[in-house]
Amino acid sequence: MDLVFKALADASRRDLLDRLRADNGQTLNQLCAGLPGMSRQAVSKHLAILEEANLIAAVRRGREKLHYLNPVPIHEIAERWIGKFERSRLDALSQLKKALESGDE
Amino acid sequence: MSKTSFVYVTYIRATPDAVWQAITDADFSGRYWGHSNVSDWSVGAPWEHRRLDASKKVDLVGTVIESEPPRRLVITWAFPGDIEEPAKVSRVAFDIETHKDDMVRLTVSHTELEPGGEMERGITEGWPIVLSSLKSFLETGKGLI
Repeated sequence: MDLVFKALADASRRDLLDRLRADNGQTLNQLCAGLPGMSRQAVSKHLAILEEANLIAAVRRGREKLHYLNPVPIHEIAERWIGKFERSRLDALSQLKKALESGDE
Repeated sequence: MSKTSFVYVTYIRATPDAVWQAITDADFSGRYWGHSNVSDWSVGAPWEHRRLDASKKVDLVGTVIESEPPRRLVITWAFPGDIEEPAKVSRVAFDIETHKDDMVRLTVSHTELEPGGEMERGITEGWPIVLSSLKSFLETGKGLI
């Protein structure tokens, strides 16, 4: 669990997870193309930290490595502190927040 | 139309045999998944994802594609009404590897999904819940569902 929190405590790594959530199974090249401000080495290092924390599952396909967002450890953290019966109320609050902040719903 | 894929990984303190049994045994799967997985798990055999209540309603169906206990299981996966439509039949692979002597790395690869479909919505919500519950079931004897 320490590895998960450390991996998430960095805006660039959270950004990488957001990119995989939008488009799962990207290669290093695809991820780098979307992040022109970051060097290939930096992206590669961030991906290794995310993989070590099991927040990314990497799958080899031929010469390529595809990166998938793995939300299972985040779900385990939620299970630890969020009870079964609180979830629907928290979902409702979260939807309310999204609706109010987006302004067009 | 292009298809979409998801890959989920969890590490479980258990043996490969225990993980295989938890996925394939009708009684065990029912205890953490909320549905029973029913099949004889031979290649070509059908499998069903059956409700535990009196209705025994089948919510998912498919065919066993590969079966190498306790290492790898590949099945097709569809809603019962969609099984005759190839575009709506997805595929799930379970890979069970030993990790650091006393652990198992379980990888669930759900591929050939229709982007934006009901199945995609269902499984992206479902797999993290099922895998957390499976881990809890095998490590503590209690599922989370």
